Amino acid sequence: MIELKSVNKVYDDGFQALKNINLTFDEGKINVLIGPSGCGKTTTMKLLNRLVDHTDGTILVEGKDIQEMNPIQLRRQMGYVIQSIGLFPHMTIYDNVATVPKLLRWNKSKIDETVHRLLNLVNLEPETFKKRYPSELSGGQQQRIGVIRALAAEPDIILMDEPFSALDPISREQLQDELTHLQAEINKTIVFVTHDMDEAIKIADQIILMKDGEVVQKGSPHELLTEPKNDFVKEFIGTERLQKAETLPLVREMMNQDFVSTYVSESIDEALNKLINHNLTQLPVINNKQYAGFVTIKDLLKGSEETVSNVINTDQKTLKPSDEASQAMRLLKEQELNEVTVLTDQNEIAGVVNYKDISEALQNYYEKQQGVV
Amino acid sequence: METILDYIEYLQERYVSILEYSYEHLLISFLAIMFGILLTVPAAILLTRVKNDLFNSTVFNIVNVFQTIPTIALLAIMIPFFGIGLQPAVIALFLYSLLPLLRNTYAGIKSVDPGIIESAKGMGFGQAKQLFTIEIPLALPYIMSGIKTTTVYIISWTTLAAVIGAGGLGDLILGGIGLNDKFMIFTGTFIAIILALSMDLIFGKVEKKLTR
Ligand SMILES: Nc1ncnc2c1ncn2[C@@H]1O[C@H](COP(=O)(O)OP(=O)(O)OP(=O)(O)O)[C@@H](O)[C@H]1O
Ligand SMILES: [Mg+2]
Repeated sequence: MIELKSVNKVYDDGFQALKNINLTFDEGKINVLIGPSGCGKTTTMKLLNRLVDHTDGTILVEGKDIQEMNPIQLRRQMGYVIQSIGLFPHMTIYDNVATVPKLLRWNKSKIDETVHRLLNLVNLEPETFKKRYPSELSGGQQQRIGVIRALAAEPDIILMDEPFSALDPISREQLQDELTHLQAEINKTIVFVTHDMDEAIKIADQIILMKDGEVVQKGSPHELLTEPKNDFVKEFIGTERLQKAETLPLVREMMNQDFVSTYVSESIDEALNKLINHNLTQLPVINNKQYAGFVTIKDLLKGSEETVSNVINTDQKTLKPSDEASQAMRLLKEQELNEVTVLTDQNEIAGVVNYKDISEALQNYYEKQQGVV
Repeated sequence: METILDYIEYLQERYVSILEYSYEHLLISFLAIMFGILLTVPAAILLTRVKNDLFNSTVFNIVNVFQTIPTIALLAIMIPFFGIGLQPAVIALFLYSLLPLLRNTYAGIKSVDPGIIESAKGMGFGQAKQLFTIEIPLALPYIMSGIKTTTVYIISWTTLAAVIGAGGLGDLILGGIGLNDKFMIFTGTFIAIILALSMDLIFGKVEKKLTR
């Protein structure tokens, strides 16, 4: 995890490039910095590996103040990929990928193994490619090498400054896909600079939109799309994308917060009564404010048990408030249930969603869209 | 026909001293260039680290001054300070070698793609590691081409060093002028050309090898 607390950057010529930046880059997430040219994206990124030193404020990496760390050691713990790729033209692909492991004095066999694994990871045949020089690779292949070179020493953090922007649209999309797949496997904390909103929406867990050295809005792609904070954000995202985003009502907007539930120590009879009175087929179970599972009418009728706790099912998949309608429908269908429970981050029940809720939300949405047109 | 036979006879008689002149010639050139490289390569690298443009242009201007002094005059100026012989000749030619060597090394280091430097820094290269494994290897073709050009014309200028008693092929030519001996003049000139050309060829090969 990386934290920036009240960080300012004033360059030597007196220009204040960053003003009071407060950010958190979570572990295992892709964090995308985006904004107009000159807004301070690259500066923010370079603060992290101390290619640029901040003027005041604090930057913590895994809780440690980077100002107190040796910049060279710090950099060896972070992967770094830049737009111009910066492969070393006089070294083979093998030596390029092995750069940081060699700086860290890994032994030969470990380096060999790493280079092979990484080349395979991006679908470049090791035997063919490792002896080549960068000039003997296509632009897309070179950038793949740029990315795996940053991964070689297994850093927890990877910094990428417009890594794909010099590529043609097809290679760019391919590499974006590869990156998201790769991330599912390697689970790094990635800080990624781009000026391409589609790229940001596609790969980001968190988008940080900047302007003139300040953070204007940060949040998930969905948050930015559905709740743009001001006109600048709206303009930057663009009306077309905003309208498209409206096709995705969230579980949060459709869930039933006024739900009926039971608790572990309730008697079977009372639970059955609730089901019958409310014309339901299943109930979520609460234990000590936390979600504990659910019971169906079948479970309750079957046994001769005393309390709900004996018949709880715990294998139901649940939703988050930020999930999309499609996810809710998928779970309903998959589990052959009539409703799915929505849980908060604290594992408390936020509400329940059934087919009726979804169809109402969709109907509302389409009516609204038609009103707009 | 007559002349050619005479010339062959001349060569047979005098080849030992001709070789000696050639050796002297190469020695003077080699020393001048070697000292030139030893001074300029580190100096140029230091200059690339200096942020102050005024300082850099001052250094280049001073070095440039040596280049503008006519060769024969620079050699003559050496006499009051260092007397005559090999030493003042090497010093004068050394001064001549400075500008091209300095300029090429400086340009070579400066020509390294800033993206490459940034990614090296970003991956945690120290100053020395970056210089020796990235910057110098990438600047090497430039540095070599500077050495090649400088060597070629220092070899040609070394011929003039004979006027301050340094020896070399210039002695052969000056002697030839004094004795009105066509063979001596021709031999001195011809070998100087051959030496220059072969250096050009050898360094050219090396340079090509380094530029991949
Ligand atoms: N070394 C420097 N000295 C002075 N000002 C600088 C320096 N580096 C960057 N700046 C200024 O700081 C501001 C932010 O620069 P930065 O490179 O972070 O922008 P960016 O958001 O990455 O832009 P782009 O999308 O064009 O890459 C710009 O106005 C730039 O001119
Ligand atoms: Mg930038």
